[in-house]
Amino acid sequence: MGSGAGPYQAQILDHYKHPHNRGVLDPATHAARESNPLCGDEISLTLRVDGSDRIEDVRFDGEGCAISMASASLLTDALRGKTLDEAKAFDRPTLLKDLGVALSSVREQCALLPLRALQTALGRPPTAQGH
Amino acid sequence: MARAAKVLLNVPAIKKDFPILQRKVRDKPLTYLDSTATSQKPKQVIDTMTDYYSRYNANVHRAIYELGEEATRAYEGSRERIAEFIGAKDPMEVAFTKSTTESLNVIAYGYALKTTRLKEGDEILGTVLEHHSNHVPWHFVRDLKGITLKYVDVDDEGHLRMEQYDDLITRRTKIVTVAHVSNVLGTINDVKEIARRAHEVGAVCVVDAAQSVPHMPVDVQALDCDFLAFSGHKMLGPTGIGILYGKKEILEVTEPLLGGGEMISEVHLGSAKWNDVPYKFEGGTPPIAEAIGLGAAVDYLVKLGMPAVRAHEMEVTAYALEKLAKVAGLRMYGPRDVKERGGVVSFTMEKAHPHDIASILDVEGVCIRSGHHCAQPLMDRYDLAATARASFYVYNDLEDVDRLVAALEKVNEVFA
Repeated sequence: MGSGAGPYQAQILDHYKHPHNRGVLDPATHAARESNPLCGDEISLTLRVDGSDRIEDVRFDGEGCAISMASASLLTDALRGKTLDEAKAFDRPTLLKDLGVALSSVREQCALLPLRALQTALGRPPTAQGH
Repeated sequence: MARAAKVLLNVPAIKKDFPILQRKVRDKPLTYLDSTATSQKPKQVIDTMTDYYSRYNANVHRAIYELGEEATRAYEGSRERIAEFIGAKDPMEVAFTKSTTESLNVIAYGYALKTTRLKEGDEILGTVLEHHSNHVPWHFVRDLKGITLKYVDVDDEGHLRMEQYDDLITRRTKIVTVAHVSNVLGTINDVKEIARRAHEVGAVCVVDAAQSVPHMPVDVQALDCDFLAFSGHKMLGPTGIGILYGKKEILEVTEPLLGGGEMISEVHLGSAKWNDVPYKFEGGTPPIAEAIGLGAAVDYLVKLGMPAVRAHEMEVTAYALEKLAKVAGLRMYGPRDVKERGGVVSFTMEKAHPHDIASILDVEGVCIRSGHHCAQPLMDRYDLAATARASFYVYNDLEDVDRLVAALEKVNEVFA
């Protein structure tokens, strides 16, 4: 951190303004939609997994703040080419570290929204929405 | 630079009364613009509560000893001043609760649910601009009583569509409920007229005054409402204390929500008789320090004068509307005329999500709210997921608005 704009560092703003992997896969092998009741943000995630359990393609769609959208953009980048097991192991510390900015507990919920969508899509219980 | 304010309130002196406003956030002076969520507390309130705990802490109403007498006098004295503050005929029309939410739940449960007054097919009329706390208790009533809920809509500028009351109030309407001031749009609703319409068909009028009592003169007799609910923490008082006002004869026929000590006159195995109004609504040891603290908050507001408080907020709001209109890509919601709105301004920006606006403002020491403001039906009505919201109170001045505007320019820079 350090700049005057708090969590709005270049990487976050870049992913927000030019998101990677935006869209919807059809057909998809895995899909989920999650929303954040605090702000009404909504993210849908679609994945296509090949015969050897590898994520061939992944897309996100939705409306939200810079933090949730940048997080989805980063997460989908990280997921492409991963095996299902690797994707399932993707957790909250990993995602927050990838984002690389300090977030308040409320804003952390925004960052974790795409991860919750991933966990739902992969049939894992989603990360609790604690405070 | 800010234009000179008309001297309605001595804001520099008022700011000195609020210890929290002396602190800095991230090395910036604190610009607190979220009083609609909760207000800050002057030292007069904090000291009054500390004094109770330090000098005369005792339970109220039953202790024979001197401390108990003092605590009871302070607690009941607070009730008297609050009753006078809202123009109640009698302090016994004022019950202490925990919050506006609890007050509204007491009404829903004790007036509507636990009596035979409402029958299947009867109607409760609300509006789309209510806070969730004036929606959900009525959902409970609908689900258990089989009654119908109806809602008056708002127009695009945020005014209630008053003409809809003509059709929506029927012989089956038993309760008409409305927020005095919208916590999102700031709209001041014509409660007096709505109460008159309700009374024409024999319905009662329930008013959520959480956003009006702190900010403008409110007289329950002039409004002629039957119930009125508000919270202490939004009017310079502590959290954990709310007020349920009701006309005496209506409180008499309202059942209590909490059973326990204090709310009874006698208890036998298997039966009990309720205490008198308002004590039957105050089961359990009440929030004594909080009630006394709210009395001190009322004293503080009375000293400023509620007409001056209202005039000051109108001036700050008018200035904010004018300045915010010049911020690129910013859109405001609610009435354009300050005479028709309270000191709350909701807005969105073309390039930044409300959460991002609030985060960037936070870095500048400016506290605003973002989200749905516990009014999702209203957000749906305008097809919004969230807004940013700045709100003003006695300790805000035109310079606070300037700091808000400067921070919003920063938002536009970050998201350019």
